[in-house]
Amino acid sequence: MSQSYRIEGKGRIDRSKPIRFTWNGRSYQGYQGDTLASALLANGVRLVGRSFKYHRPRGIMTAGSEEPNAVVQLEEGARTEPNTRATMAELYDGLTANAQNCWPSVEFDVGALNAKLSRFFPAGFYYKTFMWPAALWEPLYEKIIRRAAGMGESPEEIDPDSYAQHFAHCDVLIAGGGPAGLSAALAAGRTGARVILADEGAEFGGSLLADTVEIAGKPAADWIAETVAELTAMPEVTLLPRTTVSAYYDHNFLTLTERVTDHMGPRADDSVPRQRFWKVRAKQTILAQGAIERPLLFADNDRPGVMLASAARTYINRYGVLPGREIVVFTGNDSAYPAALDAKAAGARVEIVDLRTDPKGPLVDHARAQGIEIHAGCGITGTRGTKALHGCDVAPLSEDGKSLADEPFSIGCDCIAVAGGWNPTVHLHSQARGKLSWDDTKQCFVPGYCQWPTRSAGAGNGTFDLAGCLDEGLKAGAAAAHEAGFGKGAAPEAPAVELSEEGPARQVWIVPSDVPLGHGKKHFHDHQNDVTAADIHLAAREGYVSVEHLKRYTTTGMGTDQGKTSNVNALAVMADIRNARIPEVGTTTFRPPYVPTTFGAIGGQNRRHLFLQERTTPMHAAHVANGAVFEDVGDWKRPWYFPRDGEDMHEAVQRECRQARETCGLLDASTLGKIDIQGPDAAWFLNMMYTNKWDTLAVGKGRYGVMLNEHGMVIDDGVTTRLAENHFHMTTTTGGAARVLGMLEEWLQTEWPERQVYCTSVTEQWAVCTITGPNAKALMADLTDDIDVDPANFPFLAYRTGTVAGAPARVYRISFTGDLAYEVNVPARHGLAVWTTILERGRKHGLVQYGTETMHVLRAEKGFIIVGQDTDGTVTPMDLGMNWIVSKKKDDFIGKRSHSRSDTAREGRKQLVGIMTEDPNVVLPEGAHLVNQPGKPPIAMEGHVTSSYMSPNVGRSIALGLIKGGRDRIGDTLHAPMMDGKTVHKVTLTEPVFFDKEGKRTNG
Amino acid sequence: MLTIKCPWCGEREQIEFTAGGEAHIARPENTAELSDEEWGAYIYTRTNPKGVHYERWVHSHGCGKWFNAVRHTVTDIFWDVYKIGEEKPAVPEDWDGATTRAQYQAATQKTAAPDGNEK
Repeated sequence: MSQSYRIEGKGRIDRSKPIRFTWNGRSYQGYQGDTLASALLANGVRLVGRSFKYHRPRGIMTAGSEEPNAVVQLEEGARTEPNTRATMAELYDGLTANAQNCWPSVEFDVGALNAKLSRFFPAGFYYKTFMWPAALWEPLYEKIIRRAAGMGESPEEIDPDSYAQHFAHCDVLIAGGGPAGLSAALAAGRTGARVILADEGAEFGGSLLADTVEIAGKPAADWIAETVAELTAMPEVTLLPRTTVSAYYDHNFLTLTERVTDHMGPRADDSVPRQRFWKVRAKQTILAQGAIERPLLFADNDRPGVMLASAARTYINRYGVLPGREIVVFTGNDSAYPAALDAKAAGARVEIVDLRTDPKGPLVDHARAQGIEIHAGCGITGTRGTKALHGCDVAPLSEDGKSLADEPFSIGCDCIAVAGGWNPTVHLHSQARGKLSWDDTKQCFVPGYCQWPTRSAGAGNGTFDLAGCLDEGLKAGAAAAHEAGFGKGAAPEAPAVELSEEGPARQVWIVPSDVPLGHGKKHFHDHQNDVTAADIHLAAREGYVSVEHLKRYTTTGMGTDQGKTSNVNALAVMADIRNARIPEVGTTTFRPPYVPTTFGAIGGQNRRHLFLQERTTPMHAAHVANGAVFEDVGDWKRPWYFPRDGEDMHEAVQRECRQARETCGLLDASTLGKIDIQGPDAAWFLNMMYTNKWDTLAVGKGRYGVMLNEHGMVIDDGVTTRLAENHFHMTTTTGGAARVLGMLEEWLQTEWPERQVYCTSVTEQWAVCTITGPNAKALMADLTDDIDVDPANFPFLAYRTGTVAGAPARVYRISFTGDLAYEVNVPARHGLAVWTTILERGRKHGLVQYGTETMHVLRAEKGFIIVGQDTDGTVTPMDLGMNWIVSKKKDDFIGKRSHSRSDTAREGRKQLVGIMTEDPNVVLPEGAHLVNQPGKPPIAMEGHVTSSYMSPNVGRSIALGLIKGGRDRIGDTLHAPMMDGKTVHKVTLTEPVFFDKEGKRTNG
Repeated sequence: MLTIKCPWCGEREQIEFTAGGEAHIARPENTAELSDEEWGAYIYTRTNPKGVHYERWVHSHGCGKWFNAVRHTVTDIFWDVYKIGEEKPAVPEDWDGATTRAQYQAATQKTAAPDGNEK
C-alpha cells in the first residue's frame, strides 16, 4: 500500500534513494527529490490540515510557494517551524511534520464545530462581536481570538541553527529560473556581465520540470541541463537554487533568502549556515517568476482533492505521482488540457468539465481522440465528500454564466483539477513601485511602468507560450546586460519550439450553484483565511467596497500566503458586484516579503554577543575579578555594585554609599564621554554650545555646562576644562557621547564651516578613576609625588598634570558626589594598573569601590541631575532651578531664543523639586505620579518622580521629581497613588538637596 | 534602501548615512530681534514638498562629513549631491524625478539635437 499513487517510470525523483518520514506520528516512505506534498500524495494522504476559521478539512492545492492549504508544523522542539508549505519542503530522511490548526487531530478536530456555526462567523466577525465593552479587549477577547486564530506554533527554545548574511553587487539579477529566467541568464551571462540567477526551487527549469515539451528537438530537461551547464561554466554568473527573491526595495536593492541546508534536515554541524540572507544591489533586474494558476470559484471548492490543474500536472510529470485515480479537470481554457492528457496517459480516468460551449483546437481534438469525455458549456455546481473528495455535480450553465441551464448530474471523482486562467507573478514588480495594468485579452494584471531599471519576462510578463518565454528571456537578458555596460544588446536566437495553439478562454468568475451564493455551500476564494465570495457580498452590502477596506474587513489575502491564489478572484467578485471592470476595483500593493522569511535569516550573524557590541573599560578585568554586578549603560558594561559575601543589592549599595561618604570611594568613570576640542575659535564655539560663558575661563580651570537644543531644552551636561588657550577637554554623559560629538560636528560643518574648531572623540583614550570622600586627599597624596593635592592649592574645578600611581595623569577636581573628589585620567593602557594600585593603597584609607547605583544615590543626595533621567527633552535649565547657569550677558547660544517663547516662559511649568515621603522607609517607584488629592480617576497629575532611592547618609528615602510650579510649592503636601490602586503615599515637596546643603564637603 | 553618493567618498549604502532634514535653513544671526513667529518658523517650519527636495545628509558611518542632496520625494531618485557651501544646483522644472540626472540630460540632448538625428 506504500506509495500506491506512484506512476511507474515517471518523475524526476530518485527511486534508488527511498526516504522515511513521519507525518502526524505515522511513518511513510518517499523518494529523494520529493517534496513533503508529493510524498504525501504518493501515499494517498489527502487530508493535510484544517482551515483557519471553520476548521474545514483541507488538502494540497498547489505544487509551489503559493500553497494556501498545506501549511504544516515542520519538526519539533527547538527547530520546529510553523506554516511551512508542504509543497516547498524537500523530503529528507527522518523529516517529521504535523498538521496544524487542529485539535486533537486532523482527522477529528473539535474546532470543526465552527463550520456548523459558520453563519455566526461572517466577515468582520471579530469587529462586530468583540466591540463592547472595550475594557474586555485585553483580558478576554484577545485571548479568545488568539486561541481561535492559531496558525501553527512558534518555537519556544533558542534556535540552534546558524544563519548568515551576504552583501552582493551585480549587473543583472534574475528572479526565477524557468524558461524565461534561464534564457535571460544565458543572454546576459554571455556578455560577461555579473549575473545572479535565483530560483526558489531545488532545481532550475520552473514550469519546464513539469512539462513534456521539446526544445530545439530535445526534451526540455536536456535544454535545462545544457543551459545550467553553460551558466555554471561562466565565472561571473552565480546560480542560486533554493533561493527566493523575497523583496524589492528602492534603488534596486533586493533581498534573497537562500535555504542552504533546509533540504538536508536538522544538522549538528553549523559550519554551514542553515539559511543565508542575501542583500543585493543590482544595476538591472529581470523578473521572471512565472505565473500562478487561478482557482475557479465554485461551490465547496475546498475539498481535499481539489487542486490546480498545473499542480496536478506537476505531481504527475515531475514527481511521478497521480493526484487521483478519477480526475475531473474543470477549466475555461486550453492550458488544463495537457494535464488531462498526462493524467489519462498515467492511467487515471479523466473527464473534462469545460466552461466553454464549443471548445476547439488541437488540444481539444487530442483529448477527444484519447477518449476523454468533455462536458462543454458546463460548470461544477457542488462537491461531495468531507475529508476526501468523492464526487462532484455538474450542470450546463446559462449563456451569461450566472445560472444553471439544466439540472446537475453527478460524476464520481477523487480529484478535481481546476484551471481558471493565469495570474502573472507581479509581486516583486509591485514592491518596486511598478504599476500594474489589466490585460483584457489575457484577463490578468501584467507589469506596467516602473521607475527602477527592471524588466519582466515570460509568464510573469503575461507571455504564457513557451516560445515567447524563451524569446523574451533572451531579449531581456541581452538588453539588461547592455544597459549595465555589457554587450551590444542583441539577443541570441531563440531555440525552436513546437508552437502550441490555444483556443480562446471563457472566464466565469463565480460558477453558479443550485442554491444561491452563501446558502448551504461555500465558494472559497481565499482558502487560507477561509474567505468566501459570500463574504465579499456581505462586505459590499455593508459599504466596504474599496479594495483596501475589503481586504481588511474580510481578511482576504492577509494569510501567510498573502493571497497568491485569491486576490484577483476577490477583485473579480467585487467587480461583479459593483458592475465595474476589475482594474476599476483596483489592486492592493504587494508588500515584502514574497514568502515568509525566518527571523533567523533576517538576523543572520547578528545575534547573541554579535547583536550589540559590548564596550568595556580598561579596568573591566578587575571588576570581574572583584565580583561586580554589571549594568548596561548604552553599549557599556558598567559595574552596578560590588556585593560582598552574601549581600544583596540593597545591602551592597547602602554599604558603598555610607563608606564613600565616611572614608573614601573609588568609581570607574571611564565611560564618560570625552571630546578633545581645539582651534582658535574653540572658546567662541563653546560659548555657542553651552548656556554659560567660556571665553572668560582661565587656562587650567574647568566649568560645568549644560547643553541645549535649539528648542531650549537640556540635552546633555558635563564639565569642560581649558587645557590651553585654544584647547579644551569636554566631558559628556556616558550615553550622550556620540550624540554630542555628532551635534558639535553638525553645527561646525553646516552652520559655521569658516570657524576653526576641531573635535575628536577621546572617550576610549582615557581611563578615569574617580576618588571621592573625606580621605580622598590623603589617598591622593599616597599616589602622587608631583601634584600638590591640597585643596587649598588645587582648588575645586582646577586641573593638574603629573604622575599618579606611576602613570602620566591629568587630574581634575570635579565632584559628582559633592565630596572632595579627584578624577584621575590616565592613558587607557595604564587604566587597569592604576586602578589596581589605587585599590591597594586605598586599603589603609578605608577605600570602597562602588558602582553606578551608589553613584546615583550619592548624586541624588546632592540634588545633582542626570540628563535623561531627571530630564526628558522637555526641561529647560530654569525648570531645573539652574537659572544661574544661563548667561544673561551672552547675545546668543543654542536654544537661547526659545527661552522667551510663550510656552517656555510661562508660569506653571514642571520644575525640579525634592520629594520626601511621610514614611521615611517608603522608596517611591521612579515614574510615580503625584496628585493633589487622592480619589477616583480621572485625577489631574501634578508631576512625576524622576529619581528615588534609600539614602543611608540622609537616613531615609529621598526622591527628585518634576512638579507643576514646583519651585513655588516647597513645603506643600501631595499624594502618590500606587499601581495597586489602593496604596497612597503622602509626600512633601522640598528643596532638591538632601545632604550637605551648604556644600562644605566639596573642599574636604 | 537608497544608494547615496557622498561627495567625498562616492556611492555608498544608505545604512552608512543619517538624514538631516531640509537643507539651506540658515540659523538667524539676530536671534534676539526675531518675533516668536519668525523663530518658530526657523525651528519648526519645513517645506515638505511633493517633488524636488533640497536636504542634508551626513556620512555618519563613513567620513563623517555633512553634505547636501537634491532628492525627488515621490521617486526617491537623487538629482545631485553637493558639498556644504556649494551653490544650490538648479533642477529643470520638467524633471519628474523618474530618471537620474544623467538619463534626463541624455534624453534632453537627444530631443534638442539640431540635425534631428539621435545622438
